[in-house]
Amino acid sequence: MKIEAQDVHVYYGQDHTLKGVSLTVKKNTVTALIGPSGCGKSTFLRCMNRMNDLIDNCHVKGNILIDGVDINSPSVNINELRKAVGMVFQKPNPFPKSIFENVAYGLRVNGVSNKEYINDKVEWSLKQAALWDEVKDKLKKSALALSGGQQQRLCIARALAVEPSILLMDEPASALDPISTSKIEELIYNLKASYTIMIVTHNMQQASRTSDKTAFFYMGELVEYDDTRTLFTNPKKERTQNYITGRFG
Amino acid sequence: MAKKLGKRMRQKQVRKNKWYEFQDKSFKYIALAATGIGVLVLCVLLYDVFFDGFGRLDWKFFLDSSSRKAKNAGIYAAMGGTLWIMALTTIIAFPIGIGAGIYLEEYNKKGRLSNILEVNISNLAGIPSIIYGLLGLEVFSRTLMLGDTAITGALTLALLILPIIIVSTREALKTVPYNLREASFALGASQWQTIWHQILPASIPGIVTGAILAISRAIGETAPLIVIGAATYITSVPKLPNESFTVLPIQIFYWIGKPQHDFQVNAAAAIIVLLGITFVMNGAAVYLRYRWQKKVKW
Ligand SMILES: Nc1ncnc2c1ncn2[C@@H]1O[C@H](COP(=O)(O)OP(=O)(O)O)[C@@H](O)[C@H]1O
Ligand SMILES: [Mg+2]
Repeated sequence: MKIEAQDVHVYYGQDHTLKGVSLTVKKNTVTALIGPSGCGKSTFLRCMNRMNDLIDNCHVKGNILIDGVDINSPSVNINELRKAVGMVFQKPNPFPKSIFENVAYGLRVNGVSNKEYINDKVEWSLKQAALWDEVKDKLKKSALALSGGQQQRLCIARALAVEPSILLMDEPASALDPISTSKIEELIYNLKASYTIMIVTHNMQQASRTSDKTAFFYMGELVEYDDTRTLFTNPKKERTQNYITGRFG
Repeated sequence: MAKKLGKRMRQKQVRKNKWYEFQDKSFKYIALAATGIGVLVLCVLLYDVFFDGFGRLDWKFFLDSSSRKAKNAGIYAAMGGTLWIMALTTIIAFPIGIGAGIYLEEYNKKGRLSNILEVNISNLAGIPSIIYGLLGLEVFSRTLMLGDTAITGALTLALLILPIIIVSTREALKTVPYNLREASFALGASQWQTIWHQILPASIPGIVTGAILAISRAIGETAPLIVIGAATYITSVPKLPNESFTVLPIQIFYWIGKPQHDFQVNAAAAIIVLLGITFVMNGAAVYLRYRWQKKVKW
């Protein structure tokens, strides 16, 4: 198992936001997290690379194992963890630097200074993110001049450059137009061969198009977790049924 | 009956509305008058100073030092002293102030120390500058035996502007959006790397703007330097920080205290120079802020 979450609880101060979530994720699969907004999808995703540590009053309980290692144990270096578990955010958030420097940043903070290696890696990452052809002539230009969809693919390239094995995506297409969205979905499909992907989405079609497994969250609990096809065609719980048929949420 | 009541209430409402309108208008005019008086007074002062002093500004005025004859007196020593003080204060106050601002904002944001310091630093910024002079006299001049030297002056002024630099540094850091930090941390960058590569570049114009304004306040200060015993009559620019010194505001203060009209003219001319320096520095700060706002869009 690539990821094993065992009875994960998250508290924001007094608020008990995630109430004992357990699930396992296989290597090189796409797992979609769905559910009404505020149900804790992002919170759960952020447990995987310990981004919740940045929030002052946030406490996480339970075990999360990645490749069998408890990521919350003191022996785990949080910066190494975040290199291994890349993240793409809802709103594209490129650095106010050049396109090249955006992708090279993860390498530089890793201590890489070999120019040739960085050049190759930047090109490789941009190709992986299906952005190379669009930006290869303007690598020195500011990343902020790109369109929203290009910015989001740049953020994916930036995450890939540090060679993660897991990619977390928090509603990566929710701020994008349909064409950019389908490019991102295609990308997710292609990246699956090399990465284990966890994606939060509001969009049921997107979940069914892109994922192998789907987890339905409701009010901080994992209601149902199954193969995507089974969950969408033959859900076991009534709540799931109601949600995917659009009766609430 | 009900109809009559309704009419009365309507009348009351109309009267009320008129009253609000009157309030609105009168406040506008009062505010305008207050601004006008401020600007007018400033203009009169500037006119007065320029009228008296502009004719006195020539190269000789910049190259002469203190003299008993007004015509032979100039601001060479005071200018040199002001530059020394500016440089030394910058060297002392910038690293400490900016460092403290970064520590408080980025490393110890929710700590108790940070809370206590937050309140106290704001209070420190409100303490009359002469108190800093007394502190400088006791601590730097007497206890550390630095005497009435440029270094004592610079240390004292550095203390005076530290709270301003710390507060403005924190404000500049606060303007950096959270998602920039998030993006950097998510790539495995450490806190220091995030600060150094992302947060500082994004906030440095704001930090520098605040620091320049603080320095321009420092070079206008007179009281604390008089307290630590800066010289009023001096004929040479200090070659080292451990020599006695004077600065422009003190030179002005000294000349204004003299009965002869020619010294008053000298004072006016020196005021023009001091105003010029302050103006240039504030202009630089405004320019930086403008450039910054234009360049960085999130
Ligand atoms: N930083 C935070 N501080 C306090 N409460 C938070 C924070 N982030 C999220 N929450 C709360 O946790 C709950 C789950 O949020 P989230 O995981 O973002 O939901 P989702 O991604 O499913 O929409 C919400 O009720 C939200 O208000
Ligand atoms: Mg969310």
